[in-house]
Amino acid sequence: MYERIREKLGILADAAKYDVSCSSSGSNRKNENKGLGDATGMGICHSYTEDGRCVSLLKILLTNHCIYDCAFCVSRRSNDVKRAAFTVEEVVELTINFYRRNYIEGLFLSSGIFKNADYTMERLVRIVKKLRTEENFNGYIHLKTIPGASEELLKEAGLYADRMSINLEMPTENGLKLLAPEKSHEDVKKPLHFIQQNITQFSSEKALIKSTPKFVPAGQSTQMVIGATPESDQEILHTASAFYKDYSLKRVYYSGYVPISNDKRLPGIGSQVSMVRENRLYQADWLMRFYGFDVQEILDDANPHLDIEVDPKLGWALRNLEQFPVDVNTADYRMILRVPGIGVSSAKKIVQARKFGRLHRDQLVKIGISFNKAKHFIRFADSPFQLRDYESSHIRNIILSESKSKYLRTAHNQLSLF
Amino acid sequence: MELYVFDGTFEGLLSAVFEMYQKKAGAVKLVSRAHFYPDAFQEVFEVISEDEKARRVWAGLSKKCGKEWMMHFYKAFLSEQGATFQDLLDFARYIFDQPEGAVENYGNPHVLAVSQMARKVHREKHRMEAFIRFQQTSDGIYYAHIEPDFNVLPLLIRHFRDRYADQKWIIYDLKRKYGLFYDLEKVEEITFEFSQEMSPALNALSQQLLDPKEELYTLLWKDYFRSVNIPSRKNMKLHIRHVPRRYWKYLSEKQA
Repeated sequence: MYERIREKLGILADAAKYDVSCSSSGSNRKNENKGLGDATGMGICHSYTEDGRCVSLLKILLTNHCIYDCAFCVSRRSNDVKRAAFTVEEVVELTINFYRRNYIEGLFLSSGIFKNADYTMERLVRIVKKLRTEENFNGYIHLKTIPGASEELLKEAGLYADRMSINLEMPTENGLKLLAPEKSHEDVKKPLHFIQQNITQFSSEKALIKSTPKFVPAGQSTQMVIGATPESDQEILHTASAFYKDYSLKRVYYSGYVPISNDKRLPGIGSQVSMVRENRLYQADWLMRFYGFDVQEILDDANPHLDIEVDPKLGWALRNLEQFPVDVNTADYRMILRVPGIGVSSAKKIVQARKFGRLHRDQLVKIGISFNKAKHFIRFADSPFQLRDYESSHIRNIILSESKSKYLRTAHNQLSLF
Repeated sequence: MELYVFDGTFEGLLSAVFEMYQKKAGAVKLVSRAHFYPDAFQEVFEVISEDEKARRVWAGLSKKCGKEWMMHFYKAFLSEQGATFQDLLDFARYIFDQPEGAVENYGNPHVLAVSQMARKVHREKHRMEAFIRFQQTSDGIYYAHIEPDFNVLPLLIRHFRDRYADQKWIIYDLKRKYGLFYDLEKVEEITFEFSQEMSPALNALSQQLLDPKEELYTLLWKDYFRSVNIPSRKNMKLHIRHVPRRYWKYLSEKQA
């Protein structure tokens, strides 16, 4: 008995680990009636894997049996791997017992597709329903939507889940067609749209009738695999930006492709996962969500790829030097936010603190801005007198030579190639 | 410079602020008794902790700063750091002497120091919320012990009570020798003597004290932790930055 459940967990956690979403924040599910769990406020990373990713949810597949044969997926039909399936009770018991010991914030439940979409979706719904209605569980639940499942099942799932998601898999339709001929972005758009409509409808009803139940309170997200197909960063971010706008997604995740097969259409086993690229994409995504940047400002036809050496905000500033220097004592918040080396919380502090007098260098340092980076782009009360304007390549070199960035070594190696 | 010595309690610190104003003191150096080394040539004023004085200072501060800042003040106090006690006294004086709104002045060194220390304490509170690992005992209580750098137990009450409303739990601070016990109704402070069979190592309640199913779940959790790792992305530097070594002893998944 012990051994069987251990084996299943091994197989079905292993198969689910390529889904990068681990967020457990943004919901508002309070512990009611002295039940178990609370999903309000910030999410919590209870541990981190040795590759440095957050472990917040029990992330598992219900089964890794699958009728599809997507080239990038470990669970694809043609792959010779051990197969397993949890029962509804097993998933519920694991979730509750892990939660009670404070190992996790909740459950992330996905699945391979056995028989057909509805058959699979129906089982996922049974699990989340049992957790909510029988176990009185108020922890976080992220449920993957099975493409092609009926609207009734989607709607029922939304009553129990905190977040729902469905993966775009590849950033463009062409990329997807190449690796998963049976899938299309249209299959993703339909359920995303349906859930989004319901979220809007439930929340407007909630405004009128207090007893309206919650519906996917933490919203929807999606994921794209990066580096399996040859899309440019521009194509990737444009897709992300369009999905943020059209489906009000909470997050788009970028997952650097980890080679898992010898398929000729894909990078071979042993090729490097592009972690720097993945990191730059997240930084750019952050700029779109929290810093008020439009995707066009970050990348355009002249610059279709993110700079590996410098972060996208610094890259933007170097291309737009005419907008600098920014005077921290007078500029508006939006512009201060655009200074490389100043983050959201420092920008807010600056705007509050300057009401009490003009800010000097040492105050800016203490507030916590990254001064060595920012100094090229700002003026402050005791700014040194500057004789000539620097050019962007000059500033870039100074910042790179002062930076202790973990990427610097690779960057220098690459430079010496030219 | 006058030297004030207080008993290290929150009431004591607030009483010191009260005395400083009542005696119209100039510059005051505040030291807790635990950090105090007597010096024959220096005159010392012993602050007596008084609830009434403390309450008046607290109410006065509340009028000048919002709830959030009162919480920062309390969190910074829980750091138990000598330098922070001084910062809190100076902060209180600055706030009382300025018109309302002065807490927003991050250009002021005391405002900044208090806010930064509050943040550190808050970060450790958050880490405890993440890294506590309960073990179910044979009498059905979920037990964990910890040794945080700062005295964060008071900050953990609400989080764990809201989350684990239907199970009894104990969180014990081995360093400060007190704990919290939730009995399904309320959270109480407790202290107890560790018997010999209770290992001081964290997450190591002896087998006979534990529920028979505990072993399975510890094992499943360790299995899970191993399975979700992607070896081709291994990055131990990042791992250690997120989970500093000093916390490893709390974590069942980090034990062999």
